[in-house]
Amino acid sequence: MGYLSAEPLVPEALVREVERPEYGAVSTFLGVVRDHHAGRRVTGLEYQAYGPMAEAECHRIVAEAERRWPCRVALRHRVGALAIGEAAVVIAVGSGHRAEAFEACRYVIEELKQRVPIWKRESYADGTEAWVDPTAPGGTVPTAREAPR
Amino acid sequence: MATTSTLPIRVQLFARYAEVLGRESVALNLPAGATVADAVTAIRSLPGGTLLPARPLVARALEQVLPDVPLAAGDELALLPPMSGG
Repeated sequence: MGYLSAEPLVPEALVREVERPEYGAVSTFLGVVRDHHAGRRVTGLEYQAYGPMAEAECHRIVAEAERRWPCRVALRHRVGALAIGEAAVVIAVGSGHRAEAFEACRYVIEELKQRVPIWKRESYADGTEAWVDPTAPGGTVPTAREAPR
Repeated sequence: MATTSTLPIRVQLFARYAEVLGRESVALNLPAGATVADAVTAIRSLPGGTLLPARPLVARALEQVLPDVPLAAGDELALLPPMSGG
């Protein structure tokens, strides 16, 4: 099973993957494409990934969460071009009780953002575009097409 | 080819790093004993390479690797821009 998907994500399918008769809680997280970033109007974006490493890192994060909490985790991240409002990432965590479901879900999204080699390029209403870079001032770096050389 | 250059490796570039260097992969032949940091230095000496940070994230065999790690012939490195998934 792959963690990366070029097709639209179906949250209900991930919920079904983590359902068990003994589970009383399923926690879900959806990361959704937002129409603005740092005061600019976003019209669309594209996710690129280092596929083999992204798959390996997602697998490691899921395994860590399932070791740390008694739970089952389903995780999917989109790649390619996405429109406003589309789900970029979906996480579903099934567990006996809500506390560990919430905690494991939070763990997976925070680790994913830090560790999984996926990159987001935003397109703006003014026709420009930029790479999202949490380490850069303002949170973005102009693409090579935009930057003066 | 110089006899001291005995360490052929390949470096994959992604996202903004591939953009500024104008390619997604670079073959290097480094001196024996070269480290991850030496590979980064070689990449940064290419046209556009100074737009890369001096200490970018680097992966080998699908895991992050530190700059002082020695390289082996045939290693495949990946230079990773700051991640922005999720």
